Amino acid sequence: MKGTASPGRDGMGSKILRELVGSPSSLIGLVICVVVVFLAIFGPLVTSQDPYDLSKLNIMDNRLPPGSVGIDGAVYVLGTDGQGRDMVSAMIYGLRTSLLVGILTTALAMVIGTTMGLLAAYKGGWVDTIIMRLVDLILGFPMMLLALILLAALGPGIDKVILALVAVQWAFYARTIRGTALSEMNREYIEAARCLALSERRIIFRHLLVNCLPPVIVISTIKVAGAISAEATLSFLGLGVPITKPSLGLLISNGYRYLLSGSYWISIFPGILLMLTIFGINIVGDRLKEVLNPRLQENKAVE
Amino acid sequence: MLVFILRRLIQSVVVIFLVSILVFIGVFSIGNPADILIPAEASQMERDAAIKSLGLDKPMYEQYFIFLSNAMKGDLGRSFVFNQPTISLITARMPATLELAFCALFLSLVIGIPLGMIAGYKANSLLDRTIMTGSILGFSAPTFWTAILLIMVFAVGLHWLPPSGRGQLGKILGITTSLATWDGIRHLVLPVTSLSLFKISLVTRLTRSGIRETLPMDFVKYARAKGLRKSRIVFVHVFRNVLIPIVTVVGMELGSLIAFGVVTETIYAWPGTGKLLIDSITRLDRPMIVAWLMITVMLFIVINLVVDLSYSLIDPRIRLQRKKS
Repeated sequence: MKGTASPGRDGMGSKILRELVGSPSSLIGLVICVVVVFLAIFGPLVTSQDPYDLSKLNIMDNRLPPGSVGIDGAVYVLGTDGQGRDMVSAMIYGLRTSLLVGILTTALAMVIGTTMGLLAAYKGGWVDTIIMRLVDLILGFPMMLLALILLAALGPGIDKVILALVAVQWAFYARTIRGTALSEMNREYIEAARCLALSERRIIFRHLLVNCLPPVIVISTIKVAGAISAEATLSFLGLGVPITKPSLGLLISNGYRYLLSGSYWISIFPGILLMLTIFGINIVGDRLKEVLNPRLQENKAVE
Repeated sequence: MLVFILRRLIQSVVVIFLVSILVFIGVFSIGNPADILIPAEASQMERDAAIKSLGLDKPMYEQYFIFLSNAMKGDLGRSFVFNQPTISLITARMPATLELAFCALFLSLVIGIPLGMIAGYKANSLLDRTIMTGSILGFSAPTFWTAILLIMVFAVGLHWLPPSGRGQLGKILGITTSLATWDGIRHLVLPVTSLSLFKISLVTRLTRSGIRETLPMDFVKYARAKGLRKSRIVFVHVFRNVLIPIVTVVGMELGSLIAFGVVTETIYAWPGTGKLLIDSITRLDRPMIVAWLMITVMLFIVINLVVDLSYSLIDPRIRLQRKKS
């Protein structure tokens, strides 16, 4: 019920923040997340060139090592890639693509999975059977493999990557939500809502949903990292985003060709940024899970 | 038990049938193989003949039924590109893939379980925090990225290990494997390490939470009260309970190791099935993709069955429940 939860809400928020800032590792994670999001939003304002605008690139500047000065006097702090792109600019634009895919995928998968899970739990019967068998089928296979096959069928493109990843990830939310919803269904407030003859839609979305959401929101932070990692892998294999708008994964893939000839920076720097991003999100998500998981807190109290 | 296995087998047949339809539709929507396979300078007549000989002129449902009836006889079609039976192409490469997957699995258990147990017992200590932060770092690094890093450092930088290929093979107990020769092992080290890093983190975290959940339970307190040796409590009472989630995940993860092998095999030029799949996708070799998927699905079904059966060996409660029902 909303009423019983709300008095603690504000306190909860600041408590979570305190827990996150409290331990050094989660503080690092939080800082990484903030910086990464900041770069992705405001990055284009600080980058020295638009890496997608081929007319601005100078092919004479290709594969310059970090710290070089280009023909027109521009300084390339992290070097340039095979087309003479400034690595810093390319990485920040790549980060935008990666984050966009990660966040959009997770949001869409969460909405679809949550709706399906709630429907399965509330309706029961054959609706439940069909949805959950489908979920079992999807979760029975590694996410990466399904996404790979789907993308092979759909062809490359940011929208298609998101579509393929959503098609795989929603099942996870559906299963989690269904489990929570089934136990919530036995609570009095659902019975009360039914006695008030509220519409099904209202009961499901206004009453059941709000009570099932917290665990899912926590899990979804970690899933953002998973989606970013999956997108990078798919793009690396050449099945993800198109070559004209490289994400971090594709930048690494482009640099991989020059790796054995010694131009390490084209691959290594996007890779470090990618790993830091995923690491930061995972640390925060992991800490959130610990803070919000009441079962673990009970254990702590026992000790 | 027999009834259980039988029911599972029937379920599996239904799943395989459904997957075959989905895969067929899916593969059909990937481009037109005739465009890639037939040279552009071929005349219209040559083109038609080639399309006919590949069976591409028939409508999709007819192609599916031909595929299905052949599949019943154990024939999953011929590769467009290699012009050889797909099954023999895949089985020839399967040992390399399985070798990689099993070695990575072994490594992740051997390293992950002890780390998880240490972290679980010393919960919230500095050691625990270090292990846990390390594990987050471990599963934050995408497999392809660690693979590249390892090549950078140990092959390009230090020249300690070869960057790609499978190396010399030998025989142990009649199985052809890289593990038999020193050269083979040297080739295995990098791919196995990069593939297992993610799993090591996973097993570590799983073991830790298993230990943390088991320790406060009554039977552990009782065992302590009985005055059992600490080592016996840890390795017999606690460990058995921790093992159940690990076995589940290991089953799932063996599947995902084979799937992620696609990435590792591509980077290390490992001659396994994963590389075959990626090559087939880029060349639109439809029979190859279909056969690969069907065989992988069957492999997964077998793995899942083995996992379910091994539960009842570890956990008597599940055995009892089944007898009752």
